[in-house]
Amino acid sequence: MTLAAQLAEADRLRDLFAARDAVIVQTDVLQPADTLLDLYGEDIRGRSYLTSDPARGEMVLRPDFTVPVVQMHMQSHADPARYTYAGKVFRKQDSDPDRLSEFVQVGYEVFDGVNPALADAEVFAAIRDALGDLPLRAATGDIGILMAAVAGLRTSDARKAALARHIWRPRRFRALLDRFGGRSPVPPTRAALLAASDPFAHAGPDIGKRSRAEVADRIATLRDDAATPPISEEELALLDTLTGLRETSDHVLSQLRDIAVDMPAIGPAVTRLSARLDALEDHGVDIATLEFEGSYGRTSLEYYDGFVFGFYAADPNLPPVATGGRYDALTARLGDGNAVPAVGGVIRPDLVLTVRGMA
Amino acid sequence: MLKLGVPSKGRLMEKTFQWFGNRGVTLRKSGSEREYAGAVEGIDGVELVLLSAGEIPRELAAGRIQMGVTGSDLVREKLVNWEKTVREVAPLGFGGADLIIAVPQAWVDVDTLDDLDAAAAAFRARHGHRLRIATKYHRLVRDFLKQAGVADYALIDSQGATEGTVKNETAEAIADITSTGETLRANGLKILSDGMIHASQATLFRTSRRDWSTEQRRTFKALEARLGL
Repeated sequence: MTLAAQLAEADRLRDLFAARDAVIVQTDVLQPADTLLDLYGEDIRGRSYLTSDPARGEMVLRPDFTVPVVQMHMQSHADPARYTYAGKVFRKQDSDPDRLSEFVQVGYEVFDGVNPALADAEVFAAIRDALGDLPLRAATGDIGILMAAVAGLRTSDARKAALARHIWRPRRFRALLDRFGGRSPVPPTRAALLAASDPFAHAGPDIGKRSRAEVADRIATLRDDAATPPISEEELALLDTLTGLRETSDHVLSQLRDIAVDMPAIGPAVTRLSARLDALEDHGVDIATLEFEGSYGRTSLEYYDGFVFGFYAADPNLPPVATGGRYDALTARLGDGNAVPAVGGVIRPDLVLTVRGMA
Repeated sequence: MLKLGVPSKGRLMEKTFQWFGNRGVTLRKSGSEREYAGAVEGIDGVELVLLSAGEIPRELAAGRIQMGVTGSDLVREKLVNWEKTVREVAPLGFGGADLIIAVPQAWVDVDTLDDLDAAAAAFRARHGHRLRIATKYHRLVRDFLKQAGVADYALIDSQGATEGTVKNETAEAIADITSTGETLRANGLKILSDGMIHASQATLFRTSRRDWSTEQRRTFKALEARLGL
């Protein structure tokens, strides 16, 4: 497949989005790295091409359009606003060198705070319509439900914050849950530390920027935690059910309504899911066949915090042809607390052509 | 010719020469001390190439040498999907060193990766930047911490005297190679109990035989027999 063919397909997709009243925007390929590094830390170093410029500092070849488009939107203050773009993004493929390290993405982003459920459905439908009749399977999830469940646990704020921080790292999330639930034993060194009459007796020299006061603060946090009763088996079981959900959307909705009886904190999130499914039906999506996975989107870069979706070809070796989701928290971080509800999705035209060629 | 890359100086070179010598294959520098040319005796068809240990992984990957002795840590750090590029022929039993994560002894609250992660979260909230870990093994450390689900840290490049970075406040913790832990202790640092990233030692590697000539394969078989592998 030639680059010309890819770019022609990219233009076609972008024009489809532009016809939905989206403004066509462009961003620089070379972006300042500090914002991305602050947001994603080492993950972005592992996945992006960083380069240093003596005058401009550390720069990065754009790994996606979302961050620059959000920044652009923050300056324009338009509301509601729709944007579309097409261009190359660059990703290191350290663990899988067979995957492309540069490819074209076409995106559609909606900033609309009036009705998030409608905006979610609008983006999903726009991507689906652009993909046309390609033989693809759609997968969906909703990270907002798990976030609401964590926020509603009957335990300390410190534990809830620790769990919320690791929603996007399922293994650490699980390890924390096992400890907070009393399923895994307290590490012996921690038990010894909390039992010591003077924890600093063998502390060694105070070096580095993390002060003794900070260490003492953490010991106090650990003491509080040790005095906090374990998260109940009942709540642990409910979380297991939530993260293990894998069903068609209509069934998931009724299961979640059942769970919400025991876990009222997820009520508003379930209501949002219900409104979204209604809106999807209005766009002609059959929710009786639309898959929903409780843990979908948890291992992507940690910016999706609500509705998440992807479109997949039958070949499991092919990356998803399209992905997207809601990223309200990202806009809050980039806007210094001024969140703008936002949802968007991207399509890879090269994969569209590949799947069309196989069909 | 089957080209064998060996570190060009120091203990690693001497120990490698000894290891091969004990098995009836003599490796030596030819010509003057400063010259990086080598000679092989005791087997035909093997050419000695003296290289910096750090370059041997790349030379193997490029196929410019077919065999090489270097640290198992360097191969893992420098080669993407190293298992697909090279094979381990034999661990040589010397040059042992552990790639570990170490933090100040004064951090009495930090003994595990779980503690490190929690300390990093609080540190970032208080100081407005991520907890910095000084290292030269970026890929190995990043993969390890990702696996463990540690967040809110940043790697800072340190190509030497890494143990001193904490005292100098250019980093809060380090990930480095240590054999006895002596230097760490002298610098007020301690090893995390589950912070072992890789136990490294000098190892004989070879490239995939797919690209080898019949003659190279025959030489390798003979060498294997000679070395008793």
